Parts: sequence; C-alpha cells; structure tokens
Amino acid sequence: MSASNENLKDMIGQEYKDGFVTDIESESFPPGLNEDVIRALSAKKNEPEFLLKWRLEAYRHWLTMDHPEWSFVKFPKIDFQEISYYSAPKSMEDGPKSLDEVDPELISTYNKLGIPLEEQMRLAGVAVDAVFDSVSVATTFKDKLYEAGVIFCSFSEAVKEHPELIKQYLGTVVSQYDNFYAALNAAVFSDGSFVYIPKGVRCPMELSTYFRINAANTGQFERTLIIADEGSHVSYLEGCTAPMRDENQLHAAVVELVIMKDAEIKYSTVQNWYPGDENGVGGIYNFVTKRAECREENAKVSWTQVETGSAITWKYPSVVLKGDNSVGEFYSVALTNNYQQADTGTKMIHHGKNTSSTIISKGISAGHGQNTYRGLVKMGRKAENARNYTQCDSLLMGDQCGAHTFPYIETKNPSATIEHEASTSKISEDQLFYCMQRGISAEDAVSMIVNGFCKEVFKELPMEFAVEAQALLGISLEGSVG
Amino acid sequence: MLKIENLHVSVEGKEILTGIDLEINKGEVHAIMGPNGSGKSTLSYILAGREGYEITQGRVLFNGKDLFEMSVEKRAWAGVFLAFQYPVEVPGVSNIYFLKAALNGIRKFNGLSELDAMDFISSVKGKMKELDMDEKFLYRAVNEGFSGGEKKRNEVLQMSVLEPTLCVLDETDSGLDIDALQVVAEGINRLRSPERSFVLITHYQRLLDYIKPDFVHVLAHGKVVKSGGPELALELEEQGYAWVEDKLAS
Ligand SMILES: Nc1ncnc2c1ncn2[C@@H]1O[C@H](COP(=O)(O)OP(=O)(O)O)[C@@H](O)[C@H]1O
Ligand SMILES: [Mg+2]
Repeated sequence: MSASNENLKDMIGQEYKDGFVTDIESESFPPGLNEDVIRALSAKKNEPEFLLKWRLEAYRHWLTMDHPEWSFVKFPKIDFQEISYYSAPKSMEDGPKSLDEVDPELISTYNKLGIPLEEQMRLAGVAVDAVFDSVSVATTFKDKLYEAGVIFCSFSEAVKEHPELIKQYLGTVVSQYDNFYAALNAAVFSDGSFVYIPKGVRCPMELSTYFRINAANTGQFERTLIIADEGSHVSYLEGCTAPMRDENQLHAAVVELVIMKDAEIKYSTVQNWYPGDENGVGGIYNFVTKRAECREENAKVSWTQVETGSAITWKYPSVVLKGDNSVGEFYSVALTNNYQQADTGTKMIHHGKNTSSTIISKGISAGHGQNTYRGLVKMGRKAENARNYTQCDSLLMGDQCGAHTFPYIETKNPSATIEHEASTSKISEDQLFYCMQRGISAEDAVSMIVNGFCKEVFKELPMEFAVEAQALLGISLEGSVG
Repeated sequence: MLKIENLHVSVEGKEILTGIDLEINKGEVHAIMGPNGSGKSTLSYILAGREGYEITQGRVLFNGKDLFEMSVEKRAWAGVFLAFQYPVEVPGVSNIYFLKAALNGIRKFNGLSELDAMDFISSVKGKMKELDMDEKFLYRAVNEGFSGGEKKRNEVLQMSVLEPTLCVLDETDSGLDIDALQVVAEGINRLRSPERSFVLITHYQRLLDYIKPDFVHVLAHGKVVKSGGPELALELEEQGYAWVEDKLAS
C-alpha cells in the first residue's frame, strides 16, 4: 500500500467526544425480563389498562419469535435476561418536573453535549425533548408550542394527558407484533417523544429529541410517535450519544409516523452512539424500527439520516405510501470505521396511485468497517404509475473495509417505474494529490472529498444539523497526517 | 528559481527519467517538447511531489531549497503549481469552495489572513471573464462533467487565482480548439512577470505561436536531448520527432 493510503488510515482514527459518564444516582430494575417486570414498569408509569394489555400481548408474542438472522451484521447472541429494562435518575422518580427542579447534574450533561435546556441558553427555533436512559427529563418550549396547538411532550406524559390519541394511533404503523425488536420494544418501552400537529398547522419551530444512554447494562427502548394531521407540517430532529464502555449496550427503538392528507413530516437523525473502540470492543447495538405511513393523498415524508456511531446499526426507515400521490424520501449517510457494522437502508411500499419515492444512500467504509445497503421497493397491484428512483453510492477508504448493496424489487403493477443506480468508488490518490497540489492539506482534502460525496444528503438536513453532521464526519476522520 | 540536477526516476524498477539537467531562472519561460512516453508528465509529477516514483539519483533545488524535502502541500504553498494533463474530478465540491480552500491554505502558510468572501468572489469572477468562462462554473463540482477544454480552462483559472511563482503546465493546449487555445494562451501571458517562471510541456509548436518561450528543450527517453531557442520548436515541427530519434541513434 502506498504512503498516501497510510495517511488515510491514520486520518480515520476516530475520537469519540461524547463518551463521558454522568455521576448520578439512578433507580434501576434488576436485570431480567418477565411479565412481572412489564407490570412493574407499567405501574411505575401509572399507565392505563389498555397499554399494559398491549405490552403483554407484545411480550407473549415476542416469546414465540426467533431472533432474526438475515442481516449482514455479526454479533454474539444477546442474553435478554442480563439487561435491565428500566433506569432513571432518582430525582426523576415523580415524572417530569419544571426545569428548575431538574437535577443540575443532568442539565450540565446536556450542556456538555451542546444541548442547553435552560431557558436563556436554548437553541432559538428548536424545541428539545431530552431523554436520559429510560425517561424524559425535560421538554423545552412546550407552552409556546401548545399555543399553536402542537402537542410535543414525552411519551409518558402523552399517555397521561392524551390517552385517546395514544389509543388511536399507537401501533397503527408498527404493530406490537411487527418484528422481534419491535415486539420487544412494545413490551418494555419506557419513554420517548410524542408529537401531534393538528389540522392545517405549520409547526412554528423545529422539534427535536436528544437521546442519551448513561447507565451501564441498561437497554434503551424508546418509542416515538408523530402524527401530522391534514395539511400540517413539521420538521423533527433526533440526536443520540452514549458513554464509552467496554460492554455492548442495546438500543431498540420504534418510531411511528402518521401523515394525513396534504401533510408533511421531515424527520432527520444524526446518530452518534458510542461506536466501540478501534479494536471493536464496546459500543451500542442500534436496532431500530422506523416506519412512516402516508395514510392519505398528497402526504409526504422524508427520512434523512446521518449514521456515524454505534457498533452495529441495523435499521430501515420505511414508508408505506397508501394515499394517492403521496411521496416518500430517504436520504442516508452511513459511516463505518474500525470494526463498526451498518446494515441499513429503507423500504418503500407503494400502494396508492401516482405515488413516488426517492432513495439516496451514501455509505462510507473505513478501517475494517462493513457497510450494507439493503432496500426494498415494492409496487402494489393498485400502484398505478408509481415511481421510484434509487441511488446507492459507496465510498471505500483503505482496502480492509467492505460495501455491500442488496436492492430488492417487487412489482405487481406493470405501469410502475423503478430506476436504480449504484456506484462504488475509492477516495483516489489522484483526488488527494490534486487537492494537495492546490495547497489543501491532506486532512482537509479527505474531509472535503467525503463531504462532497455526502452533499446530496446533507443538503436535506436542517441548517443546524447540516453543520453538526459535517463536523461529526470531520471528527470521525480526524487524526495525524504522517 | 528551479535547478534540476542529474535527475533519475524509476517506476517499478523501470527507469523513466534518465538524467535530466535543467535550470530555470525567475521570469523565464521554458518549453519542453517530446514524443509520447518520453517522460514529460513524469517530470511534472516529480516536481509537484506525487507518490509512487523512486528518485534514484540527482536533486532538485527550488529557490535554493531541496524540493524533495518538501511535502506536496508545502510545495504548493511555496508557489509550485501544476496544471494537470488530466485534471481530476472532485464530485460534490464546488469550484468556488475548492478555490477558496486552496487560496486560504496558501495564504495561511504565508501568514496572511483569509480573504473577505465578497472580495474573493468578485476577483474570481473577473478572472473567469478574462478566460471567457461562464460564472455558473463556480457552483459546479470541480471538473465534474466538464469537457476537455473546460477542464483546461479551469486549470488556468486556478493558476490565476492562486498566483504561483513556478507554473508547470502539462499539455494545457491539447484538446483545445483554436479559439480556446488563444483565450488560454492570453490567460497564461497575463500571468507572465519577472517574478514568475513557466514550464510549458507541449506536443505542438502551435501553443508557442502564442506564448513565446525563452528556451525550448527536447525530451526523449527521459533525457533532454537538445536545447535551444524558440527556433528549435519550429525545426521540430518541420522535421517531426523522428528527427530527434535519428539524432539520438547517430
Ligand atoms: N505509474 C507508472 N507505472 C508504470 N509506467 C509508467 C508510470 N508512469 C509513467 N510510466 C511510463 O513512463 C513513460 C513516460 O510516461 P509520461 O511521463 O506520461 O510520458 P509523456 O508525458 O511524455 O507522454 C511511459 O513509458 C509510461 O508508460
Ligand atoms: Mg504526458
């Protein structure tokens, strides 16, 4: 291997900057999973009967399911009895309080992560729901949003304050039986975010949830439910980090989006869970089910994700296009370095007439990273004139990483059109040399080339997030240049 | 400015440059001509610092300093510029962003502050106008989907923005039609100054109709086999490269 390839290898030595642990007294369930644990969890949250019943249905079904083995990722068998299914800071025992009652240690954790929760320091134009292990610690701008008719609160609070909405929508996109990890999540989910945008309302600010795993040996199972009623519009952002630990930790979330007639949801994720060290020790297992349903005509949803973290990422944000003329989009950047594995992609399920979907996937592999794109485009019998465009590009850095592409297509309607383009490239020495000959340092050149590769995805991110995502890729690629 | 002494270069055990001596002073224009495969591009890459070559003998001094001790970027910062025979595409990176990063890299090294964004853009636009380039090229990705001629113009644009002191142009004239050749040649001529030297690598005499060199060197089999004034280029044009080969053989 030539010298500049060596430079590349040095440069992608990753430093994880959010790996600190918050020293806080927590109340955790002892490890183990059975019906009593679920009952205890539900009781702790004072949940209505229907929810407990739903959890138990999920659990009983889960017991009958096999662990899925079809993905490209490899990891040792998970012992679900060794995980604790609930952990919350002691100070949060009585549910969300006003911000001045929140433990300063928690506030400072979020400050350190760049997510100030205090009134005077808040990010202008962005409302934040901060989830710490199993509970939501604070939601900012709640009152201001409420004036606009927007409900934005923790899932637990929604269960208390708006049980009718939960009952109406929960599990209607991802049922409690959907798949192994979705069923597990339905049984034991502890908190998450809830959003309801009423008819005709354009949400006046960006909504965002920041997930933080802190406690050891705990799984995080959160659930997000967003409903955009007729003619409404919302942009929602999701960010995540976790401490550096030698053990792997499980994060199995479910996100359900419901989009009604003429409504639109833009859902963006910057996922930076701890990826493990350079030898592949530790890191988060990120097994997530995300699905959106364009339930009525002209509904539109776009998933944009930048995945730089986690030891293993296994997720396929999907769209069910039921309404005629509805639109689904998926824009993704997934970076795997060291021994990280990502098996990610999307499913676009077309049922309605004239539905259209776009998939732009950018996979970057470095070190021993393995990056898999897996996508399904399905054109149903009634999907007259449905269209899909898919573009999958892979960028390899070094020669020990891998990129794999599995595009699946099923079509039952001959009028549907599906276009697929794929490319695999290396950061070429010619490109590096060209940039460097112009006076751009090797590090800047790599980061420029990678950012250029991701451009079509970054331009879909809200401004604040685009900057963060670029910086994150910069950090992931930082290192010494020999 | 540039002194090449007994330079021998090999690739994978095969000797490509077989002992080059060349001295280029401030303000001079040297043309290097020679048949395909004679080592012209290799020489230009060696000057710019590309990896993958083995320098087996000789040295190159740039303003008295050992060029081989300097990294690729350092050479660029110190004023070495190579207009590539085959300019490289950088997808997703706009021309304007690229130019700005390059210029700021050089300015930083020279202890200058970053240029004001507005000043920068208007200065670049002025230079594009001179090169008869549409402003839309600023926002297109570097060289991506550019025609051969557009790429060459873009090289000259970069050169005029970065204002290097040693300009090495590798077949910048190939692939240009006669009008474009004239525009590009004018662009290069505008940059001529007593402080700036040029190495014009070319196959054809026609570029030298527009840019008058001080010296012409003929390269064959990795060696300068003949040096002279502008008249040497004309002689070559008349006789063809076979003439050089014959001379070598005799
Ligand atoms: N990387 C390389 N590996 C092997 N041979 C090379 C390499 N680069 C150049 N050469 C050989 O060196 C000789 C000179 O090439 P080059 O410098 O490109 O010539 P010119 O620019 O004069 O046409 C040619 O025979 C070419 O095939
Ligand atoms: Mg050449």
